[in-house]
Amino acid sequence: MNTMSHKLLRIEDLVLHFKTRLGTVQAVDGVDFELDTNRAVVILGESGCGKSSLAKAILRLLPRNVQKYSGEVYLQGTDVMQFDEEQFRHNVRWAAISLVPQAAMNALNPVIKVGEQVAEPAIVHLGVKREAALNLARRMFQHVGVPEDFLERYPFELSGGMRQRVALAMALVTSPSLIVLDEPTSALDLLTQANIMNVLKRIKQELGTSFILITHDIATSSELADEVAIMYAGQIVEVGHARDFFPAPLHPYAQMLMASVPRLRSESDPMFITGQPPSLVNLPTGCRFKARCPFRFDKCEREPLMFGKNSRKVKCWLYE
Amino acid sequence: MLYYPSAIVGLLVVFLLVFTAIYAMIKIPYNEAIRLWRGGEEVWYQNPKFAPPAWFNLFSSKKYSESFAVKTSDGSMTREVTPGAQGTSTMSIAYTFDFSYDYYPQELILYFTSSYEEKQPFISAEWLTPDGRKIRLVNMALSQKQTYRFSQDEKLKTRLRTEEVIPYLFSDPETGALVKGEYQLLITGAAFEPDADINVEFVSHGQVYGLAGTDQARRDLVVPLLWGAPIALAFGLIASLGTSVLTMVIAALGTWYGGWIDELIQRITEINLVLPFLSILIMIGTFYSRSIWVILGATILLSIFTGAIKSYRSIFVQVKESLYIEAARAYGASSPRIVFLYLIPRMIPLLIPGLVSSVPAFVFLEASLAVLGLGDPVLPTWGKIIEDANSNGALYRGYYYWILEPATLLMITGLGFAMLGFALDRIFNPKLRDV
Amino acid sequence: MITELRDLKMNTPKINEPQALLTIQDLRVWYELRRFGFGHAGYVKAVDGVSFALAEGETVAVVGESGCGKSSLMKTILGLNIPTSGEVVFDGENLSGLKGDGLQHYRFKVGYVQQDPYGALPPFMNVQKILEEPLIISGMKSREERLARIHKVMSEVKLHPVEDFLKKFPHMLSGGQQQRIVIARAMLREPKLIVADEPVSMLDASVRVEILKLLRALQESHGLSVIYITHDLSTVKYFSRRIFVMYAGSLIEKADTRQLLGNPLHPYTHALLAATSDPEARNAETFKEVPPGEPPSLVNPPTGCRFHPRCPRFMAGLCDVKFPPDLEPEPGHFVACWLYQ
Repeated sequence: MNTMSHKLLRIEDLVLHFKTRLGTVQAVDGVDFELDTNRAVVILGESGCGKSSLAKAILRLLPRNVQKYSGEVYLQGTDVMQFDEEQFRHNVRWAAISLVPQAAMNALNPVIKVGEQVAEPAIVHLGVKREAALNLARRMFQHVGVPEDFLERYPFELSGGMRQRVALAMALVTSPSLIVLDEPTSALDLLTQANIMNVLKRIKQELGTSFILITHDIATSSELADEVAIMYAGQIVEVGHARDFFPAPLHPYAQMLMASVPRLRSESDPMFITGQPPSLVNLPTGCRFKARCPFRFDKCEREPLMFGKNSRKVKCWLYE
Repeated sequence: MLYYPSAIVGLLVVFLLVFTAIYAMIKIPYNEAIRLWRGGEEVWYQNPKFAPPAWFNLFSSKKYSESFAVKTSDGSMTREVTPGAQGTSTMSIAYTFDFSYDYYPQELILYFTSSYEEKQPFISAEWLTPDGRKIRLVNMALSQKQTYRFSQDEKLKTRLRTEEVIPYLFSDPETGALVKGEYQLLITGAAFEPDADINVEFVSHGQVYGLAGTDQARRDLVVPLLWGAPIALAFGLIASLGTSVLTMVIAALGTWYGGWIDELIQRITEINLVLPFLSILIMIGTFYSRSIWVILGATILLSIFTGAIKSYRSIFVQVKESLYIEAARAYGASSPRIVFLYLIPRMIPLLIPGLVSSVPAFVFLEASLAVLGLGDPVLPTWGKIIEDANSNGALYRGYYYWILEPATLLMITGLGFAMLGFALDRIFNPKLRDV
Repeated sequence: MITELRDLKMNTPKINEPQALLTIQDLRVWYELRRFGFGHAGYVKAVDGVSFALAEGETVAVVGESGCGKSSLMKTILGLNIPTSGEVVFDGENLSGLKGDGLQHYRFKVGYVQQDPYGALPPFMNVQKILEEPLIISGMKSREERLARIHKVMSEVKLHPVEDFLKKFPHMLSGGQQQRIVIARAMLREPKLIVADEPVSMLDASVRVEILKLLRALQESHGLSVIYITHDLSTVKYFSRRIFVMYAGSLIEKADTRQLLGNPLHPYTHALLAATSDPEARNAETFKEVPPGEPPSLVNPPTGCRFHPRCPRFMAGLCDVKFPPDLEPEPGHFVACWLYQ
């Protein structure tokens, strides 16, 4: 097999359903997308659309109440869904894909020096000695812009921005080819956010890493995005290159979402979307956006397919 | 709630206990319960001592004899009176009973009451066995009240040539084997005055008694077992409610007002934490009063300033900073209003499960104090049964029922409340739910 | 040097417009730091020499990063903090002299919209109870009167039909609905001033604009004064006539929204604007210019201009020595920066 032709990551029909007392939560319901090496895809969605669950599904970090977990996840041509837990832990998690979870900066262990914490994944996943791991951590601190002497500090001695950089270094230390970032800049200040985005861009340039950036912050996401995927009610409804998407989104939801973003440098009057997204427990049949869509017509009663070609696809009957 | 089996079981147990408590209070009113519990021989003369419950026979191939008591005054013993000349009368009293047990009764007793003016009535008693033997028991003149204990009659012993009267009466004199069948007690009396009268009560102290058995003072254990329920529930619930609510209110006030109030509460708590709780209760019980109310009050007071106040405080410190409290301040809510309507209600989901789960601890505390001899001197409680059992050496004398009955009830109570508490905790604090 | 500083402060333009609803004059809010609970260990100078006036019906945005003192300023205006020095005069009443009942009445007159609507609503009360509370506290005895008021305010915030919402608890509502309840609560007692602390930052993008537009509609129809506190410059122009930029306890730039966005003067304002992204694909191709370092500690702020350690246009011997006064390089555009001397 010619590995050169393989995408870094290809996800096909990924499904993750949870069982709760209220019923089945269809958090991730048939998601497909691809990602090349040294590219960044932004998964944009509002709260409760299942975007965080998608991150968990990719890294197979599943809670206990999983009802259904299926689909194919090809990592450089290998279907890692076939791996057992031990293989997955050994070959995928952190070795190839690492995660910066939501609010990672507040998830550092308060009683362990940050240097040790950054070195830990290297010891666990790469099997290197402590000294070598600390050296790796030192290198990663340079990449993320944390002064080297911070290795010896405890999390509480660092500002929020610095802690977020440390969390990034933890994800980087095993030199994964892909990093999944779950809301990496929310709860950070404006200038700190800009700093973190700069760091991510630099890592992408210097280390050739790919990113999956999961966020609800549309404006900030554009700082890193090569590709954009819009998620709505557990599904990806539009995916395309950032340079095509940002000026002219296709899906009605994406259009309205983009129109709702206040802009500093334009006089446009932002719009809002009436109604609320459907509950993931009780999803409507057909197009999931139809209740809020100004363009809905008869066909919307049936589930739309992904239309379009090449990198630009949209799940809407308007583009049939 | 129905999703949690433990909640259902717990709730069932608690309901059952409450039902038992109400039943006890209706069936045996308080004064009656106290009279029975404190009564001695004159209340409980009909009962054997140390008798296990009658349902022991269900699990035993050899049957223990059950107790009974019959008397002429209520007709359970037949009495025929035949008037004679010059105001005299003769009467014949008989009682026939079926004896099909494998063990002898502890004792047979006749309680005579007679009325006369000058001349004492006279009776003679005879024992008829199933194999047709007739044994003369006693001939005697009666005083107004007279008790005749079969096993204590020295004349009878001599006559029968045995030290063990009761076994003799129930066995074949040749083989010594126990004879089952219909026995009859025949008493013939003679009164010599027109208004003279004789009444007899025949009591057999068996080997087993009633639903719960008896103790050293012949008391039916049903009484303290039933009445233990309302007392245990009342003590546990009042102590738990009082402690939890007061702890919470004090913690909330301290956290909200801060400053010296908070300091004072913290220091009192720290001092109280190093004070020996049980020893203080023992001292109060020994030197001041063993009344359950005094002990209850002391328990609540000593339980307020404990670790719970610190953990509530740590949560209140967070709640105090929450946005909705800030909003309430901003729209002008007064401090007391914030403490009672905004801070404390936030904690109810923590309070209720904690309150329910801490009931058993207080129930056990009351029982422990009773076992240590510091139980309420008046009230019948489960702890007191254990204390009595313990001081009468129930365990090495083999009276397991005596300890197991109250202990089982204590354990069921504890388990019921604990299960309900844990389930409530999960319901009120969904973070604990195993999703 | 201390006298010099004082002199400079004295020179700040006196703001004494007759129609001012809120006048803040040289306000300081310092918190004492204590060591081991009693020893003095300095002050957190959260608000340090802030002056401005707000006219009736005027909207102003206070923009700054976390820890710049904007929350302390806001809480002082709400009557929740006690000013260390300086004057806060609201509707003819001086906040410094108020205690007990007076302070309570002061609080009745200011509405407060918080950042996190879910946290701002007591989770154990239903909507009706939540909205009745401020009315009960301000002495509205009749239940009918209260309900009538609640109905009116809830329809103003467009929670239709009102009856459907009254018995609901906060967790049953969506974020947007929760925030409407918070706004309704702020509007209940017909305040003249609303303080809105990041009212939309916790909401989803599609709801954000809806809430901002609602706030603006209410502001216009009731002639409200609004202080809008935010870190997000992109929402400001939809809402506020003026912008104040706050850094390390003081307002470093005050101007009309258009003036400030079009012609930012202070280097810090420049940095904030540069860091604010619009959703454009080309953003990914360039790095952002971000001033180095982080906002200073409010306990030991830098001498002179507090931004000087991070400032790209720092002038040694001036910026690190003297605190810059409020300068007015163009009419109505105040900036505390030595560049415009």
